[in-house]
Amino acid sequence: MQAVAEKVIARAKELLASGEVQRVLGWEKGEFDYERTPALFEQGNIDKLVYDKFCAANLSKKLVEVSKLEGKTLALIKPCDSLSLNQLLCEHRVKRENIYVLGVGCKGMEGKDGLCMKCEFCKGKNFAISDEVIDDESCREVPQSDRFAAVRELEEKTPEERYAFWRSELSKCIRCNACRNVCPACTCIKCVFDNPDSGVAAKANVDTFEENQFHIIRAFHVAGRCTDCGECSRVCPQGIPLHLLNRKFIKDMDTLYGDYQAGEDAEARHPLINFTKADAEPSVVLNRGE
Amino acid sequence: MLKLKTANADALYSRISDSAKLYLPVKRAGQVNYDLWESGCEVTLGEMTVKSPKDLFFPQSEDLMAFRVSGKSIEIENPELPTEPFVLFGVRACDARSFDVLDRVFLSDPVDSYYEARRNCGTVVSLGCLEPLRETCFCSVFGIDLAEPEGDVQAWVLGDEMYLSAKTEKGEKLLAAVKDLCEETDGAPLAAAKDEARAKMAKNPLADLDLTGFDGEHMMEKFNAPEWKDLYQACLGCGTCTFVCPTCQCYDIRDFDTGHGIQRYRCWDSCMYSDFTMMAAGTNRKTQMERFRQRFMHKLVYFPANNEGMYSCVGCGRCVSKCPMHLHIAKVIRTLGGKKQ
Ligand code: SF4
Ligand code: SF4
Ligand code: SF4
Ligand code: SF4
Repeated sequence: MQAVAEKVIARAKELLASGEVQRVLGWEKGEFDYERTPALFEQGNIDKLVYDKFCAANLSKKLVEVSKLEGKTLALIKPCDSLSLNQLLCEHRVKRENIYVLGVGCKGMEGKDGLCMKCEFCKGKNFAISDEVIDDESCREVPQSDRFAAVRELEEKTPEERYAFWRSELSKCIRCNACRNVCPACTCIKCVFDNPDSGVAAKANVDTFEENQFHIIRAFHVAGRCTDCGECSRVCPQGIPLHLLNRKFIKDMDTLYGDYQAGEDAEARHPLINFTKADAEPSVVLNRGE
Repeated sequence: MLKLKTANADALYSRISDSAKLYLPVKRAGQVNYDLWESGCEVTLGEMTVKSPKDLFFPQSEDLMAFRVSGKSIEIENPELPTEPFVLFGVRACDARSFDVLDRVFLSDPVDSYYEARRNCGTVVSLGCLEPLRETCFCSVFGIDLAEPEGDVQAWVLGDEMYLSAKTEKGEKLLAAVKDLCEETDGAPLAAAKDEARAKMAKNPLADLDLTGFDGEHMMEKFNAPEWKDLYQACLGCGTCTFVCPTCQCYDIRDFDTGHGIQRYRCWDSCMYSDFTMMAAGTNRKTQMERFRQRFMHKLVYFPANNEGMYSCVGCGRCVSKCPMHLHIAKVIRTLGGKKQ
């Protein structure tokens, strides 16, 4: 990782110095040794750019805003981030011509408490999109894991047990919206939950029904577009395993419409907005709900 | 002063619960938050709660009044103010100080009757820290003594014993009811432990933060500091920092249309949100940079300027550990404050 990281920093500096890009979107150090914050760098502060095992934050969403700036931005993109970015490109949320994508090799990212959940279930080390890649053999190993194991465990529970599980988790929610705001699939300019005319206040923690609805509706809104980047669970201050909701949707879609990875192909139509003759009949879907 | 074996703490909690609702740090689904004590619940005094205890005095959502419409008349209903006594147990020195901050806001004229009622019903048992609870703790920067918390009763856990000392009339009343479970002590072993705690605190990573220049006199200098532009960059505007903070006190008043009337309620608001203080004229803060700056200017400059130097950050470190982007108040103080030698 050290060798890759050094090359990444050197290349970023080179592209900036040559004028090929006007700025760099990367990470900088924080107060504690495990803290890394997404930041923009120009000639004056490029020495603060870091790339190491703590750069877990997915930078792709920031490109929605940054790609609107004058000139080109160099974006450091990890393999999983490349899926998010590709999905955003597919939705025309990021201006492709304004970004230079430097794919950066990754051996799994850590936070304060060790390896990130998303890295434990790494989906692969290929770059769905890149202009250039810096990695090596050691950055291409993918850990053996089954990301649907926890979903199956939930499926095997009785509805009552499952409800109890989700209530115990969701009742911790403080409605801070960090999960939504960090999510690269949540890029609506005005979120439906922020509509003052909706009659409900997203920030009010009133009843359990609203609490459940927020998460269920959000999971539906990102279904088919969620790349399973795991940012929602990573940032939740209450440690709610939100990724399990998304993975349940992904698993169901895989089962009913064939394996699909959001973001893998920027031209693809995801199963929920597509039709193929092999699709499951609506009755099959309906019966599953019973 | 009283003491009892921590192994018997359940008997203590149970006794307190006989006459009042008892709220204390409880672990549920892996996270510690203030919750109602029930026999068998997982009381976890040794960890920082995710949310602060302010909910008990200033709930995240609270009904203020209701309007009922029938025919041409409108009836106004005021909710009954709470009268039921409760005990808040295990409040750390930082959080105990946060109640002073909240009191300044809600108990100054015009007094917030909802807050006042809850405040009157509550008895606070604070828990001295005999070592900094986490590496993100920096209460000492605000002159808070981690080992000597404010409260109606002070408690400490040293080894396998819990010490309890009443500080107010309310506290004496509480201890009188549990006296037979405890034994009298002069609390001698505590003195050395407290000193040790203070020494450890002085070495905590954020204890060297320097507040020089965070005062009314330097208000415009801080407000116009060019560093805000970089500091806020990654802010998601999520409001996590405000919702976990013990001193964030802003709320929004909203009307809910029930179909046959209006339920007026208030809920916590966050200066990090784009609709914060939105009015018809639309003159609220337009950029995330301004919103971000507001949160820290309020804590470190406006509040002390209006409250004889009292800061409205208590150094609990919650926003430090919970900001998804690590953009917390410690970083702001480090960047814009003085440089301690
Ligand atoms: S980040 Fe966690 S606590 Fe915040 S709204 Fe999402 S689920 Fe709730
Ligand atoms: S900030 Fe101070 S008082 Fe609060 S928990 Fe940490 S050490 Fe204890
Ligand atoms: S400072 Fe951090 S916790 Fe606060 S709104 Fe910004 S991103 Fe969220
Ligand atoms: S600003 Fe942060 S450290 Fe200060 S009291 Fe609030 S949550 Fe605690």
